[in-house]
Amino acid sequence: MKRIILITGTRKGIGKNLAEYYLVKGDVVIGCSRGEASITNDDYIHYILDVSNEKAIVGMVRNIKKQFGHIDVLLNNAGIASMNHFLTTPYSTAQNLFNTNFFGTFLVTREVSKIMMKQKTGRIVNYSTVATAFKLEGEAIYAASKAAVENLTQTIAKELAIYGITVNAIGPTPVETDLIKAVPKDKIQSLLGRQAIKRFGVFDDIKNVIDFFIDKKSDFITGQIIYLGGVSN
Amino acid sequence: MKEKIESIIISALTELNDEIENKELNNPTLETKLFGGNGVLNSLALVSLITDVESLISDEFDKEIILANEKAMSQKTSPFRSVEALTLYIETLLREQN
Repeated sequence: MKRIILITGTRKGIGKNLAEYYLVKGDVVIGCSRGEASITNDDYIHYILDVSNEKAIVGMVRNIKKQFGHIDVLLNNAGIASMNHFLTTPYSTAQNLFNTNFFGTFLVTREVSKIMMKQKTGRIVNYSTVATAFKLEGEAIYAASKAAVENLTQTIAKELAIYGITVNAIGPTPVETDLIKAVPKDKIQSLLGRQAIKRFGVFDDIKNVIDFFIDKKSDFITGQIIYLGGVSN
Repeated sequence: MKEKIESIIISALTELNDEIENKELNNPTLETKLFGGNGVLNSLALVSLITDVESLISDEFDKEIILANEKAMSQKTSPFRSVEALTLYIETLLREQN
């Protein structure tokens, strides 16, 4: 049977790449973003929404349930970054970051878990960042929003364990996507220099960890944060 | 509307009882106490009931409601205390959406 995989933030970057990867593998992928779909495939369904809009998320998840009856995997990929000194970070920027990165993850996970708890199985993967482990200067709010995601991941892993749902998080290193295009080159080089393995991450590195987390055999793996590049917290 | 809501709650409780096997839930009625005080549900069973009822209400009325919202959590008398209280609460939520 085809897996039903929900991935948030599929219009570009890692989310789009992952959606295409799982479509090639023969899964059904449901994606969402604030903009139009950028993927055309019979097994791909796209919702245009903001992940921090509760009503839109509830509606999407109920629709998926009506259409497919179950959800096997949730990848909370949607995220935004902003680099700024703490002292010059506008309040609205901090709110936007938390809305998408934390509240979006919270809302989608809560609604999808309601479906998964009935199935007595489910795999949820959240997204952190090495910036959180590094307490990276210039990324105070972004890293804080992802620290909140990490804590949420580890706490709900306990609350959802009895329903057979695992919740883990991946902490990617910088990958050359839109998310980091505005970051100065020297800043990125210095960041890569702090990793045990000093290179950019690539999509395959991320897929590898996600494949591990969502594997059927990984039912004893939950509440874990895996950073790429040999970074530790 | 009220009768429909009541029957949804009763049917969700009956289904839930297949899992939790509580004899007090063998024949749920409007008076059945749900949560808190002499309620028959523990917190996990309540979570399960809430998600089932939300989903059934969505199917029946084609409206999306969130039962565990701020209003429910701040009410002095919990809408989850009995089938009757929950019925009235859901009716209010649905009417607010009209």
